Amino acid sequence: MLIIFYFLLSQGLPAITLVDIKSMLGVRWYPIEEYFGLLPLLAGSLVVTFGATLIAVPFGIGTAVFLAEIAPRWLRELLKPTIEILAGLPSVMLGFIGIALLTSFVRETFGLPTGLSALTGALLLGAISIPTIVSVAEDALDAVPKEYRDGALALGATKWQTIWTVILPAAKSGVLTAVMLGVARSIGETMIVMMVTGNAAVMPEGLEVILSPVRTMTATIAAEMGEVANGSVHYHMLFFIGIVLFIISLIVNVIASSFIYKNSNRSEKLLS
Amino acid sequence: MASPQSRTHLLGLILILAIATGSCNSDVATNDGQGTTQQEIYIENKGSDTIVNLALAWAEKYQDQNPDIRISVTGGGSGTGISSLINNTVDLANASRRIKEEEIENAQNNSVEPIEFVIARDAIAIIVHPENPINNLTLEEISAIYSGEINNWSALGGDDRPIVRLSRETNSGTHVFFLENVLRLGDNTSKLLFSTNTLLLPSSEGIIQETSQNINAIGYDGLGYVTDEVKVIGVASILGGEYIFPSAVTVNLGIYPIARDLYMYTNGDPEGQLANYMEWIFSPEAQEIVTKLGFVPIENTE
Repeated sequence: MLIIFYFLLSQGLPAITLVDIKSMLGVRWYPIEEYFGLLPLLAGSLVVTFGATLIAVPFGIGTAVFLAEIAPRWLRELLKPTIEILAGLPSVMLGFIGIALLTSFVRETFGLPTGLSALTGALLLGAISIPTIVSVAEDALDAVPKEYRDGALALGATKWQTIWTVILPAAKSGVLTAVMLGVARSIGETMIVMMVTGNAAVMPEGLEVILSPVRTMTATIAAEMGEVANGSVHYHMLFFIGIVLFIISLIVNVIASSFIYKNSNRSEKLLS
Repeated sequence: MASPQSRTHLLGLILILAIATGSCNSDVATNDGQGTTQQEIYIENKGSDTIVNLALAWAEKYQDQNPDIRISVTGGGSGTGISSLINNTVDLANASRRIKEEEIENAQNNSVEPIEFVIARDAIAIIVHPENPINNLTLEEISAIYSGEINNWSALGGDDRPIVRLSRETNSGTHVFFLENVLRLGDNTSKLLFSTNTLLLPSSEGIIQETSQNINAIGYDGLGYVTDEVKVIGVASILGGEYIFPSAVTVNLGIYPIARDLYMYTNGDPEGQLANYMEWIFSPEAQEIVTKLGFVPIENTE
């Protein structure tokens, strides 16, 4: 882990000396002609990840709640392993299904010039994050002691009230971990976004960016790493993008942990 | 004193290290050209995705006739092939574009001397959806489309639809060739770039897939990759000129405006088995495979 981190820093930091910051904040990414603007790539990754999270979180947590609280035992024993198998689906396969089927569907449904867009990417990324979120969240919900449910029912709460006001808050840290894992999967996903987002490094102009093609940081690294000469400016820039990705993941995790920490302290005091 | 548990861990670690170092051994010897291990000779061939099918067909045919030679062919793009040659990890690099000045410099700094061979010719076909009413374009119109000047098919006499531009990724020799010869119309002082919303697809098949499904799309691809699911456009080099369709005939006659040479590069003059392979590539038998795959064979003028 440390070796990876060290390698990333040692190969990526020289980029700061080789390319000036103003050029890195440019809006054009075209490395073979020395345009190293990172903003479109950053925007692309954020748009796709955000869209994927919007899709994956409601479906993921909803399914987890269904499995943990509402489904009968036999259904749960059937669905849980199935979903865990889905979590292992190779992303390139989803990407292929995306190109073959989903892009035409998206293009026709939304009347877009092309179906190769951030939306298609977000849909597929959401699909691949959902099993991860369901798996971990369901375990967290299941771990909530039976006494909580009994106590709530004793106080006259309905099933839904119990789930929303007692069980989910109690399982908060586990559920948030599940969401974080889902987000981390989306940010780092490479193959799907490379195949279905169109890889066009455009700057977003308002909310319609979800319907336009984008280029993510991960797809950039994957597509271009093969051609760079060892030690060239382009090479260092690609590692620098890796550092940026790393920092984003770090920030996401720090925010999540602080949220969990703050809340769990409070609830621990209340319930002990 | 080592407890039983840590001793098991230690043994496990030693085992893993042993396997790891043991398995690294075989490849190292073959990288400097034609390393020999047990009577088998390896040739590593890497680079252009345009050439990869051709290189594969050649390798298979040659290996059939010469069972003690093993040729490994991979794609990755012209840029990848050339940088592998520079890094000394392959014997033979495939490129669908000429090697650049900076690449030659980098090579020489690394004691690598790239030698160029033109092994076939290719036409870049401009393709659209079969139901697109446009049948012909001039080079300038294509350049205007890809630079973002023209954004709607109606400006060219077609339907009122937005133009979706498809391209290969920047590591592709096809992309660079298109940039220099079509977008910039051969002017090497031009700084014109692709429009930012050009879709950069990672494979030639991806371009065919999207073009065959999307009526708004225009793309470019090597002639060998064009299928019946897309329509090829006639290209004129100037307005008022004749619209020519890409084929082996038009390329060799020099009248199709978007034609290019396909290259292979070696480190220094090829010797031994590599030299035999290179010689075979120029034989009529090998050039017949070129035609079969949709490329243009080299006319044997030497």
